[in-house]
Amino acid sequence: MKAVLAMVVQRLLLGLLTLLIVSVVIFASVELLPGDFAEAILGQAATEETLQAYRDELGLERPAVERYVEWLGGALTGDFGQSLASGQPISELIGARFGNTIFLAAMAAAIAIPLALTLGILAALWRNSIFDRGASVTTLTAISFPEFFVAYVLILVLAINLQIFPALANISPDTGVLDRLYNSALPALTLTLVITAHMMRMTRAAIINLLALPYVEMARLKGATPRRVIVRHALPNAIAPIVNVIALNLGYLITGVVIVEVVFVYPGLGQLLVDSVARRDLPLVQAACLVFAATFILLNLIADIASIVSNPRLLRPR
Amino acid sequence: MTDLVSPTLKLLRTTPPTAIFGVLVVFAYAFVAVFAPWLAPYGESEIVGGRHEVWSQAHPLGTDQVGRDMLTRLIYGARNTLAIAFLTTVLAFALGTLLGLLAATLGRWADQVISRIVDVIMAIPALIFALLLLTIFGTSLTALVLVIAVLDAARVFRLARAVAMGIVVMDYVEAAKLRGEGLWWVIRHEILPNAAPPLVAEFGLRFCFVFLSISALSFLGLGIQPPLADWGSMVRENATLITFGDITPLLPAGAIALLTVSVNFIVDHMLYKASGLKE
Repeated sequence: MKAVLAMVVQRLLLGLLTLLIVSVVIFASVELLPGDFAEAILGQAATEETLQAYRDELGLERPAVERYVEWLGGALTGDFGQSLASGQPISELIGARFGNTIFLAAMAAAIAIPLALTLGILAALWRNSIFDRGASVTTLTAISFPEFFVAYVLILVLAINLQIFPALANISPDTGVLDRLYNSALPALTLTLVITAHMMRMTRAAIINLLALPYVEMARLKGATPRRVIVRHALPNAIAPIVNVIALNLGYLITGVVIVEVVFVYPGLGQLLVDSVARRDLPLVQAACLVFAATFILLNLIADIASIVSNPRLLRPR
Repeated sequence: MTDLVSPTLKLLRTTPPTAIFGVLVVFAYAFVAVFAPWLAPYGESEIVGGRHEVWSQAHPLGTDQVGRDMLTRLIYGARNTLAIAFLTTVLAFALGTLLGLLAATLGRWADQVISRIVDVIMAIPALIFALLLLTIFGTSLTALVLVIAVLDAARVFRLARAVAMGIVVMDYVEAAKLRGEGLWWVIRHEILPNAAPPLVAEFGLRFCFVFLSISALSFLGLGIQPPLADWGSMVRENATLITFGDITPLLPAGAIALLTVSVNFIVDHMLYKASGLKE
């Protein structure tokens, strides 16, 4: 038990360190600007006086390290400063939208995870059957599609031709839960289709690897029923790879969500990020990137820890 | 019986239909890309009609939001989109493979430094990192190609290093080093030839990934900029048509999808063959 705890703590510290380095990268990349921040925002036409005044206002004259510490300190307490484009506090802009994004991602994950695991395990058990081959071609096709292609096909079929779901995700803070689910159905379905395919392929591969191991063969040879081989022998060891598959794909959701939000005009963090990139609203872009990167790192961390905690070999040391 | 069947036919028989389909599609795309100016009925950015005209004899796929011929844009899009994605993948491979082989051969601190930098790049989702870098460097074509190439090189590096790690411990590499051959000679003559096969399969996968990333960025309006014809931007520019039940905006999106599916079919078959699994 002690070994497990030590490993978990080690992973936690490593995750924190990664997050810290990533925050440095996100902050420092702005320092790579050909001119400086003020020139980038005000443009070539600005006079030296306006540039200087702007630099003073943002405190750009101070050393980068000092500004980084201040930025990180603010970020930790939820204060990212003001948006350059609208002048509103960034945390206000991000807060509600991040909630919406999490809602959409959770909805997609809730459908995709059970679906993908069931299909993946079945495909692994019935390897090389017609079901497996069909699933392999279908999922390979699905992961090759760009998200916006899947999204527009769904819009055309389900929103325009059959008129089951709305084409645009109309969501405001006072939308009720049922309306929210209904309005987010198409974006969630798009994400579900894309990650289910990924997740199912990876689950299948993980289970097939496992079934090829000597101890599974041993269990079969000593006459255990197929059901017992899978439930008692294979599944406990399958948890770690499966948790990894889930976490990897939730990480994939993070990038998928950006495009899907833009297609459906869903008021999430991804759409805000894309708009801010177009407006070159650097503080807002930095904040949004930090939130996305932190979520990504957190997911990987959870996967790591879950696979340590669920590993029977670590839990019952000899 | 078997000696009556020529090797080509035998290859065709053992290759799954999906892989054959993939190869045919890739050749068709390459043909269209190379001969675009001869195939397209109009000029790339020529305005030849009203906005959003419906499909007709003169414009088989209608016109776009400023009155350019859709079919012409699609054909030129093959040329621009494919060329840019291909160039980016080649750059990513050159950089990633070079660094990967160097890291594996030099070992010690060189390996540590490059590997840790790559770890940091991989800790941020690629699309998010690309958006951050494009905000900083602006949305020029050069910036786009370089940003995607560098981010992708990190992924190539991982594979190249892993493959090369297995090769540098071989006796023939040791022998070459003892003979007094230089670092470059060892990398070029001993390591690269042996690391090539897995890297070739990876090239197909990376190309798909780069192609999808660039299309996604173009779709978001942050990738390839007008007036260059490009499939991602074409979807974005004509997306409103879909609300009237017009499938025109799906054509460039479908063109992207068809190519990535085909390349994936080919790579999938290559990997299957390389893995040595039999029925």
